[in-house]
Amino acid sequence: MVSTLTFPKGGVHPPESKGLTEQLPIQVMPLPAELHLILGQHIGAPCTPTVAKKAAVGEGDLVADVSKGLGVPLHAPAAGSIKAIATAAHPIRVTTPSITLAVDREAQPRQWTADQWQQLTAQELLQKVHDAGIVGIGGAGFPTHVKLKPPADTPVDTLLLNGAECEPYITADHRSMVEKAEEIVEGAKILLKILGIKTCVVGIENNKPDAIAAMTAAVRAAGGDDSDISVVTLQVKYPQGSEKQLIQAITGRKVPAMALPSAVGVVVHNVSTTRAVYEAVALGKPLIEKVVTISGRGIVKPANLLVKIGTKVSDIVEYCGGISDEVAKVVLGGPMMGFAVSTLDIPVTKTTSAVLFLTKEEIDTTPLSSCIRCGWCLDACPMGLEPKEIGLYVEANRPENTEQFGVFECFECGSCAYVCPAKRPLVQFVRLAKMKAKRS
Amino acid sequence: MDPQLVKMAIGGLVLLGCIGLFFGIGLAIAAQKFAVESNPLIEEVLESLPLANCGGCGYPGCEGYAIEVVTNPDVPPNLCFPGKEKVAEKVAALTGKKMTAVEDTMAVVRCSRIEGRVSHKHHYIGFSSCTAASLGFGGPSACQYACIGLGECAEACPFGAIEMVDNFPEISPDKCVSCGVCVKTCPKNIIEIQTLKARVWVPCSSKDLGKAVTSVCQVGCIGCKMCVKVCPAQAVTYENNLIHIDHKACIAYGPSCEEICVSKCPRDIFRIYDTHDMVRRDPSVGLKMAG
Repeated sequence: MVSTLTFPKGGVHPPESKGLTEQLPIQVMPLPAELHLILGQHIGAPCTPTVAKKAAVGEGDLVADVSKGLGVPLHAPAAGSIKAIATAAHPIRVTTPSITLAVDREAQPRQWTADQWQQLTAQELLQKVHDAGIVGIGGAGFPTHVKLKPPADTPVDTLLLNGAECEPYITADHRSMVEKAEEIVEGAKILLKILGIKTCVVGIENNKPDAIAAMTAAVRAAGGDDSDISVVTLQVKYPQGSEKQLIQAITGRKVPAMALPSAVGVVVHNVSTTRAVYEAVALGKPLIEKVVTISGRGIVKPANLLVKIGTKVSDIVEYCGGISDEVAKVVLGGPMMGFAVSTLDIPVTKTTSAVLFLTKEEIDTTPLSSCIRCGWCLDACPMGLEPKEIGLYVEANRPENTEQFGVFECFECGSCAYVCPAKRPLVQFVRLAKMKAKRS
Repeated sequence: MDPQLVKMAIGGLVLLGCIGLFFGIGLAIAAQKFAVESNPLIEEVLESLPLANCGGCGYPGCEGYAIEVVTNPDVPPNLCFPGKEKVAEKVAALTGKKMTAVEDTMAVVRCSRIEGRVSHKHHYIGFSSCTAASLGFGGPSACQYACIGLGECAEACPFGAIEMVDNFPEISPDKCVSCGVCVKTCPKNIIEIQTLKARVWVPCSSKDLGKAVTSVCQVGCIGCKMCVKVCPAQAVTYENNLIHIDHKACIAYGPSCEEICVSKCPRDIFRIYDTHDMVRRDPSVGLKMAG
């Protein structure tokens, strides 16, 4: 592979900082004493519990189902009994209803048996994906089965697998691609069958040569049928892992403003989501665990951990040898788009891709100053928006006037805030503008 | 003088005069023909209003209210909060509507963060506005219902009635007209309009219970419902994990209960309502603030 693809406009290249964990194999974390299952793990209304307090549940049993509208069911990540159904801390929603599961650590782990899926119809496969509670685990948390049912008026011809992992520090997808490449390719075939198409392209940034090699080998080994899966190398640039940017980088197609990728005939899924689809369909295993990168200079033993959904961050810290005194900020997700949290008493959800323990040297706490109109944010914005104007309007208390600068097109990648020499919290301005503009 | 010049001057004057006359007549005709029917009553009502354009009445500015109160028979004459009784009487007299009593009210902050020594769970360094701060984990205060203290209400108040003292809003009873702008602005929804005749109140908006409150605040309401039980007038209720006081029932019952709700409250958060004793500050407490 000679050419490296990328999207044409904007983008930044923050220090990758992946060295802490990129060579560490995925470790399985032992079961904690308690798991906290937040009922709103995905975009849409929270689930309704289907179990009562004190009920005994087995690994993989359904514990909460879709209440209304968009959503996916939730399963018990381990055997145990339901300790409580109450509210718990949530990184964004402050508190949210959740189920506390007292884990039975003596129970035998359930064996997930391989199953033939080739005979199943696309509809049956889709139902399996839904029943396994799979959401986009790259971070967005959008129910996967919905993305696999593109609207009838926009036929899809290409499936893109997102292995860009452009956020600094995170190596969860990277390690999954290196260690579980065959499963991802198998998952891609399932997705292709559900969509009824043949073409699949895996996009990986060229700072992960071992992942590219592993995926290419797996694709070659899995050949023999009529599907056309290929691996392409992408230039290292943030935010390449964003849906619209990835589509443009790989296919050259530009998704119109406020439209879905299916408008240009493309569906994008994260490689880890693809692997979850494989486990759901071929092994009958619901989404109950995921690989989370534990990194940053503030943690004693950085790791790529396979943890059960609902594991508390404090349990992870204990397993990883504790945190050093220099920790200044704990971030759920990547440093660019993740959320800083103020307590370790929060559980891992289906969308948590990393927990970062950052020291003072790794973060910037310079207070904001006035906009100097340098225009760097305009150059950095991959969507071609004007972040500076949005910030100025919000500061002037006119958030309702920011729509003209495309505030609703912004997906909050943070490139503008990253380059801003005046240290303006531009993403926060955008979030405020969105919130207030919707309200008025 | 050169007769040529005189001729030119006269010619110019006549020409301009003609043009002036033409447009003058045109304007006079237009003024007659396209005259806008205006209700002189609206003008009069508008003149009697304070013209603060605060929007407290619920209409777009004073003119919006003047038009509505004159044209819509269902709009009462006592909606102007800044004007209070005087303006209401005037508007009622002008519109011939029945004057109903204007209740003297003011905005109160239902939070005792300062006194309860609520600490910060994280250090906030973003844009200095309460709404912005509350985007992440509900704000930096350890109590998720507490006042954030970055003064968005003070900035929004059209009457300058809110002053931030030690990062906590202090509302001046003399300046507050109960327009309700701060109530809408506060992202924590802890500002309320309350009657000045109220006998008691609860300066806490926490919906948490027991230990969750005591672990973050020294005075917060723990939801023990003691006040609900002891009130002889049944004026205190507990809905959605929040104390509600029916001030009408409380005032109607009178002082014979000796404010038993206040003396029985184990957290000392049920209080005698006194506009001069709204915020109890402890000068020994050094407040750590972000922003």
